[in-house]
Amino acid sequence: MKLDARIPSGPIQEAWAKACFDMKLVNPANKRKHSVIVVGSGLAGGAAAASLGELGYNVKCFCFQDSPRRAHSIAAQGGINAAKNYPNDGESVFRLFYDTVKGGDFRAREANVYRLAQISGKIIDQCVAQGVPFAREYGGSLANRSFGGAQVSRTFYARGQTGQQLLLGAYQALERQVHAGSVTMIPRTEMLDLIVVDGQARGIVTRSLITGEFNVHIADAVILASGGYSNVYYLSTNAKGSNVTASWRAYKRGALFANPCFTQIHPTCIPVSGDYQSKLTLMSESLRNDGRIWVPKKKGDPRPPNEIPEEERDYYLERRYPSFGNLVPRDVASRNAKAMCDEGYGVGKSGLGVYLDFSESIARLGEKTVRERYGNLFDMYQRITDENPYKTPMRIYPAIHYTMGGLWVDYQLQSNIPGLFVLGEANFSDHGANRLGASALMQGLSDGYFIIPYTVGNYLASNKFAKVDESNPAVQEAVTAVKTKIDKLLSIKGNRTVDSFHRELGKIVWDYCGMARTAEGLEVAIQKIRALRDEYWQNVTVPGSGDDLNESLEKAGRVADFFELAELMCIDALDRNESCGGHFREEYQTPDGEAQRDDERYSYVAAWGYNGPDAPPELIKEPLTFEYVHPSQRSYK
Amino acid sequence: MKLTLKIWRQKNRNEKGVFVKYPMNDVDPEMSMLECLDVLNESLILRGEVPVAFEHDCREGICGSCGFVINGVAHGPERGTTACQLSMRHFKDGDELTLEPWRAKAFPLVKDLVVNRRALDHIIEAGGYVSVSTGQAPEGNTLPVGKEIADQSMDAAACIGCGACVAACPNASAALFTGAKITHLGVLPQGEPERERRALSMVAQMNAEAFGNCTSIGECTGVCPKEIPLEVIANMNRDYVCASFKRREDLPTPVAPVLQHT
Ligand SMILES: Cc1cc2nc3c(=O)[nH]c(=O)nc-3n(C[C@H](O)[C@H](O)[C@H](O)COP(=O)(O)OP(=O)(O)OC[C@H]3O[C@@H](n4cnc5c(N)ncnc54)[C@H](O)[C@@H]3O)c2cc1C
Ligand code: SF4
Ligand code: FES
Repeated sequence: MKLDARIPSGPIQEAWAKACFDMKLVNPANKRKHSVIVVGSGLAGGAAAASLGELGYNVKCFCFQDSPRRAHSIAAQGGINAAKNYPNDGESVFRLFYDTVKGGDFRAREANVYRLAQISGKIIDQCVAQGVPFAREYGGSLANRSFGGAQVSRTFYARGQTGQQLLLGAYQALERQVHAGSVTMIPRTEMLDLIVVDGQARGIVTRSLITGEFNVHIADAVILASGGYSNVYYLSTNAKGSNVTASWRAYKRGALFANPCFTQIHPTCIPVSGDYQSKLTLMSESLRNDGRIWVPKKKGDPRPPNEIPEEERDYYLERRYPSFGNLVPRDVASRNAKAMCDEGYGVGKSGLGVYLDFSESIARLGEKTVRERYGNLFDMYQRITDENPYKTPMRIYPAIHYTMGGLWVDYQLQSNIPGLFVLGEANFSDHGANRLGASALMQGLSDGYFIIPYTVGNYLASNKFAKVDESNPAVQEAVTAVKTKIDKLLSIKGNRTVDSFHRELGKIVWDYCGMARTAEGLEVAIQKIRALRDEYWQNVTVPGSGDDLNESLEKAGRVADFFELAELMCIDALDRNESCGGHFREEYQTPDGEAQRDDERYSYVAAWGYNGPDAPPELIKEPLTFEYVHPSQRSYK
Repeated sequence: MKLTLKIWRQKNRNEKGVFVKYPMNDVDPEMSMLECLDVLNESLILRGEVPVAFEHDCREGICGSCGFVINGVAHGPERGTTACQLSMRHFKDGDELTLEPWRAKAFPLVKDLVVNRRALDHIIEAGGYVSVSTGQAPEGNTLPVGKEIADQSMDAAACIGCGACVAACPNASAALFTGAKITHLGVLPQGEPERERRALSMVAQMNAEAFGNCTSIGECTGVCPKEIPLEVIANMNRDYVCASFKRREDLPTPVAPVLQHT
């Protein structure tokens, strides 16, 4: 198979305008006749469903939570980027584009990233108009801050709750369309399979999480905006319900999965405290703007942080990266924290932690200003750890946070299955091997508000849709497959809980396909994952029945998919004999320990195709070319 | 430490519920309330029993999924804290904790500690938005919004839609929730044009959803994990009264209440 990314020819600045002009339009009177399914109500799905509803399409939107407002996007804290250049500090569309391509370590598609930067400003306008209460200056204009290593202040924010406020904006727009009758919202419902008829994506099979009822929903196009797969690691900063099932079932129906090993470890999370731990809590990276990271110079120093004098502290990021200091990109900050702890300088009970210290900023800015900027984060930290960060430094450690990999899409956000579109974190498109802070919200909203309304229309106007109903063999087959799997999970009645398997799987993936990877380790991981998966299908126990609310059963299906995904992640990581962004292969590093890319051999998107349960997946490469940003060794020194 | 959890168990709305006591022998004070339930559920599953159903997702106090009444207080004893962020260090060895679901007519029970809160979505659906479609927005800085106004709006917008206010209110009123949205949008210039319509239709919908009336008791703000202030209810009442005088001709038709599971 040869992949066509459908990137318009000509200068990158004109590409999106040209693509829009070349797209076919659906006659306004006909829009109502086209039905579109949106799986997911996060920033990407919520924005898409609302915008398509506004255009007059007949939209059905699904989420597994009890309300669309609870999608995982709600938890994003720090902010959203946009190339507005309000601070007059040198920001431009080109700079945001450049930083994103470079930050992604030259593994993203230039045209997609350029479009993202072009659209970014409009997102802010739209959100402001919806009533998103962004932070403001006294004069009433929008406030900006610098975030996650950017040298310009391009990040817009709403206290430490930016994701919440943006999602509420999208949710409100969505509810407005529900009221108007153009969107039907179907919460507490999980998509369990994709229906492909004659090569076109034509619907989904769902299960109601309340009644266990299976339903078939047929449409002219299916949009997946089902989020990322960080929970393959069990412990992550994602919401507990976040999962890969929607994408994975699409993969097994023929959609390609791109760069599954590109996962992001966030440097500033609260360290693990015990075996019962159910998730990790992120401390927004905006904290690095005013906090300084250090470890004691003496290994295993038992003194409390406040008793360690200045000269006995190692501000290792400031030391190693004098120009970026504490603001180096996430992958660099995370790897350095791990390295310090591995060498024995870690702090806290487990030794897996470094200090993030605000004493200097509090002295410089006053506690009031610090509270204004980070108050809710400090409160959250105190609530969890019982320590007061105004008085004693926070302890932080990296944790898995975001997945750059996802279903392969072309420039129009369509997967290789016609009629299947993928948005937001669920696709692989814009962040390459590492995502910059405050760029996921931007991408989700750009996909949902401003790209998909055009590209879905183009698809609908360019294709014919034969009538499909429940008697269609492809539909029947999908329903049977879903039911069989659920019945199988309920019938095993073994001796281990779903969570115990998930935790063990997560530990394997974290140890071998986490912050640092080796060929040897990945081989071991693949064997371990397979063995554990075999045990899972023999020995898992799922209590209760399939006909009412049964969270164990929901989790059992998701964990089954995580097993398969975990193996593909390791296969992908093993195939990529280079280090880039979040993918750090220990064999490939520069003499001073930075990621060493191999552009000659690996400047491609690795898109994997499913070949059945017993055959290895097929690797299809989409070569990447860089015409505007010349690949260089990233340096933040 | 040792604790006893006394939990409301009810298979579904049609069957009777009972309290069941579960002794817990090894509770780590660093655990969260939900992690404590996870540990209990793991042991129930291994004993072949049905685990306790409770709702949760972010476990960071922001999604609004979690919530039940702990010893008579919605979200438990710690102010400004959701159940998922409540740490077990707030309890003492030997304590008995009674956990029960939100009880309100507008929140029909689903199972154990889980209720159906779709009525809150219906209130938003009735008018909790600015009617601006994608693409219609002017440049972001066109309308200045003073910092104080933005802050006031943000204070109200912080509501996570958990429903604790309803559960704590003796009348099961959703006034704090509705007032929060009316205030969030109403104080901003972007929300101003629809301010009156919004108040009329949201309040009408709130009344249609089997929520009770507000009699200014104030339990709601006391349990609210985001400490939404009572003044949002005053804002709502003011907008509603003004609007009902000015717009008598277009009294809104509420969307029908939907009380089945969705
Ligand atoms: C703690 C935290 C903080 C973050 N902070 C920032 C930040 O400051 N800035 C930034 O840019 N990014 C941030 N991110 C990343 C960003 O929040 C996410 O990448 C983004 O919100 C993902 O949005 P989404 O719409 O793609 O998916 P999600 O918001 O995850 O939504 C997924 C939706 O799909 C639904 N769904 C999933 N599977 C199914 C299924 N099988 N059937 C039916 N429905 C399904 C869910 O119900 C949900 O509605 C943060 C992430 C975390 C974890
Ligand atoms: S007002 Fe407070 S208690 Fe009520 S739903 Fe909102 S956050 Fe929950
Ligand atoms: S689980 Fe999200 S608020 Fe408690």
